[in-house]
Amino acid sequence: MFDDKKINEIKSSVDQWEKEVVEKSISRFPERKEKFTTGSNIEVNRLYTPVDVNELNYNEDLGLPGEYPFTRGVQSTMYRGRLWTMRQYAGFASAEESNGRYKYLLEQGQTGLSVAFDLPTQIGYDSDDGLSEGEVGKVGVAIDSLKDMETLFDGIPLDKVSTSMTINAPASVLLAMYIAVAEKQGVSKEKLRGTIQNDILKEYIARGTYIFPPEPSMRLITNIFEYCSKEVPGWNTISISGYHIREAGSTASQEVAFTLADGIAYVEAAIKAGLDVDDFAPRLSFFFNAHNDLLEEVAKYRAARRLWAKIMKERFNAKNSKSMQLKFHTQTAGSTLTAQQPDNNIIRVTIQTLAAVLGGTQSLHTNSRDEALALPTEDSVRIALRTQQIVAHESGVTETIDPLAGSYYIENLTNKIEEEALRYIESIDELGGAPKAIEKGYIQKEIQNAAYRYQMEVESLDRIVVGVNKFKIEETDKKELLKVDKTVEISQKEKLKVLRSERNNEDVEKALNTLKEKANTQENLMPFILDAVKTYATLGEICNVLREVFGEYQQSVIL
Amino acid sequence: MDIRERILKGDKRACARLITMIENNNEEAIDILKELYKNTGNAYVVGITGPPGAGKSTLTDKLTKELRKLNKKVGIVAIDPTSPFSGGAILGDRIRMNDLSLDKDVFIRSMGTRGSLGGMSNSTWGAVKVLDIFGCDYIFIETVGVGQSEVDIVKTADTVLMVMVPNLGDDIQAIKAGIMEIADVFSINKSDLDGADKTKVEIEMNLDLNEQKDYRPPVVKVSAGQNKGIDTLLEKILEHRDYLERTDKLKEIRTRNNKLELLKMVEEDLMKIILDKAVKEDLLENLGKKITSKETDPYSAKDEIIALIRK
Amino acid sequence: MDKPIRVLVAKPGLDGHDRGAKVIARALRDAGMEVIYTGLRQTPEQIVAAAIQEDVDAIGMSILSGAHNHLFPKVVNLLKEQGVDDVLIVGGGVIPEDDIPFLIESGVEAVFTPGTPTKDVVDFITNNLKR
Repeated sequence: MFDDKKINEIKSSVDQWEKEVVEKSISRFPERKEKFTTGSNIEVNRLYTPVDVNELNYNEDLGLPGEYPFTRGVQSTMYRGRLWTMRQYAGFASAEESNGRYKYLLEQGQTGLSVAFDLPTQIGYDSDDGLSEGEVGKVGVAIDSLKDMETLFDGIPLDKVSTSMTINAPASVLLAMYIAVAEKQGVSKEKLRGTIQNDILKEYIARGTYIFPPEPSMRLITNIFEYCSKEVPGWNTISISGYHIREAGSTASQEVAFTLADGIAYVEAAIKAGLDVDDFAPRLSFFFNAHNDLLEEVAKYRAARRLWAKIMKERFNAKNSKSMQLKFHTQTAGSTLTAQQPDNNIIRVTIQTLAAVLGGTQSLHTNSRDEALALPTEDSVRIALRTQQIVAHESGVTETIDPLAGSYYIENLTNKIEEEALRYIESIDELGGAPKAIEKGYIQKEIQNAAYRYQMEVESLDRIVVGVNKFKIEETDKKELLKVDKTVEISQKEKLKVLRSERNNEDVEKALNTLKEKANTQENLMPFILDAVKTYATLGEICNVLREVFGEYQQSVIL
Repeated sequence: MDIRERILKGDKRACARLITMIENNNEEAIDILKELYKNTGNAYVVGITGPPGAGKSTLTDKLTKELRKLNKKVGIVAIDPTSPFSGGAILGDRIRMNDLSLDKDVFIRSMGTRGSLGGMSNSTWGAVKVLDIFGCDYIFIETVGVGQSEVDIVKTADTVLMVMVPNLGDDIQAIKAGIMEIADVFSINKSDLDGADKTKVEIEMNLDLNEQKDYRPPVVKVSAGQNKGIDTLLEKILEHRDYLERTDKLKEIRTRNNKLELLKMVEEDLMKIILDKAVKEDLLENLGKKITSKETDPYSAKDEIIALIRK
Repeated sequence: MDKPIRVLVAKPGLDGHDRGAKVIARALRDAGMEVIYTGLRQTPEQIVAAAIQEDVDAIGMSILSGAHNHLFPKVVNLLKEQGVDDVLIVGGGVIPEDDIPFLIESGVEAVFTPGTPTKDVVDFITNNLKR
């Protein structure tokens, strides 16, 4: 981008400045640290100049918004055309209470729904299963059957809102329930807009809500890709996630690498199942973390976009431009929230919001200040939403596209993260791909090592966490917290009893038997899951049938 | 009821406590073992060795489940390396044996190597005796899996099962290290992967070359993760046991192992005495300095120390 | 050689977030302890069975799903039923201050909330063993 002569001139100016001006300063006032690094331990220089980006080719490496390699953004008008979707993850206790929270958020200006399910639901257990004891309704809403789903979306028009559901192992079942609810509302499948997370690989890596072993899980995922490409074309069939990988302790480059490696595995599985890459790739979406180091995060998103575009074009020969676009949802980093001086978290979330927006996210969830302690209260969640709205309407960062482009530091860092990520992806390729790498524990070990390093840095005060290892106070301020008590579990159990007595159990049995039969073949299971769901078979009953056929995943890798 | 009675009655707490006491070199534990030694001999010990990542724990889990079908009581000693720097250890083999935690006729104990170099811990032998007294019909010892230095397992087990995986490149290492000679049964785990047949052939070829054993070790392909081939593998282990018992070799092996263990214990106690005397009177330190300054030589120095014992 | 302290680190219930448990396990190992790490999805029965067979000096449980009020006391009670009263029980995770007194009363000796330095956990276990 710059000619050699000018570069050399700049280089010698910088050298001179370092030797004379900086030396003199440092001898009087040494810098605060010996080494400066990003949040992910990439070394950061004192200054960045054109010298640090002199290999950059604008058209090839940056390009234009909405055009390959999409470094500057996937839409040509980005936020000037439409702001990101403000989509707060919510759900707790019963379907009725969650329905109330959704209506509140929509009233307050939220533009899309995001459903949080409780752990029994995420792992395919009914609320009355022995393993569900103590867990019902705690981290999200308890959904045992289509009946609960109907309550959840009561009064919410599914042709007007887009809904993201954080559900993985039993995604097929919850998607079927959503489709069935829409049908009852008179909304046809083609009108439905939304996402299911449906990313089982990261469950094995970092999140833990798996049910079945990898092979049958991939089958269910590709069944969904195929089914939706024909029947529910407006639906994002997967949200390939890096958020949880980062939360588990990975660095920014690892977040990109492991997420894209998972993405590669899904694309390969779909192609192997006979799908054409351009038929499903446009509906793949991603989910990233927004961490503390604002500038590193912006570089990270740009690197991810560029790298995925190259992978789709060169590795998978995608022809449709939409197949090469990395669209993503972001959540601010939960693991950075502190239990100490919780109001400080509002500031952290603001910085993280800026990172995501300057990085070009398509949709955003902001955490609430009290989430290191419990699920958020109504007040806390409103502040979190307002954070997005203030950034959107008052900060000015949305008025132009990819405003930080061209910064010598940002471009240098974008390159660096892309390089590091590529190296990890190559290692994973050598191991045989993401599923093999997970089996061997490679990805998990990298993450654990990074997590341990981070903790040691915090404890040695190499890394400051305000309120936790510095600027501490005597914590006395009692905050109002959201409590989910046992009554939810009790009432869900009651509801199940009633459901099982009121539904046609013959129909249920028949549908479950058919599902079992089909699970043993290579047929697409979605239609049969949909049938079962409509008979009011419970989530647990459906998953148990699949457990019988597919078996359960055995965790085996540790530290 | 005291700990002796409780162990004989099958009390898991007592069994666990006695193992702890042995690991910690507790004097009382030795007394208890002396008294209860006559209650040993019922358990058949299978050593499970092989490189890290071969799937030993998962295989142990599956073999145990097969034995449970035959109503056998099973003990498992799972060994993991102790950090030479901190003296601590992460003992994670239980993860792969989760279902077995609640089986009343299965006892799983995790142990760190605690300074021993052979892939097993010094108290493994003692722990095996306790599990024997406790009533186990079969005891699996799952070693660390350090590849070459797995030799210790031979001195404690009746049957040694070597677990390998396809394409590890271990075939060449195994030849060099003489590992082929210590195994009584070979299993190729993860045999659903490419190269399993090739690995089987390579092992068989090696066995052809080493004609020392009168018992040709079988090579069994399994897939522990998919629960395939486990029944065949168990069959082969039981066949080996049958062979040893029929030919009276079992007694030979156990006598040999008892001799080795005896020697080891004698060595340890002697070393303690020597070091005690030598260190107490600064003898070791002084001799070391004298050797360096050539006031004496290493061999004469050794004689001086040995003379102490003779006194 | 000093006999190492044996600690069982477990994740009871359905919560799959094990970053904290793994960091603690490693810190305990680096402090010279033997850590039996049981992994995810442990029922209270499994935790107690493992604790007994491994004859541990302490049990550390981690829960981020809000199910601590139910699961922690369950483990404590099962241990009592089995006649085990000399094991130190500690817990950690996403646990509101308000819930801590109840947990302590139920028999959990300490609850380590987010931000606790690993050194504190190591020290507490080392200094509060019951045998």
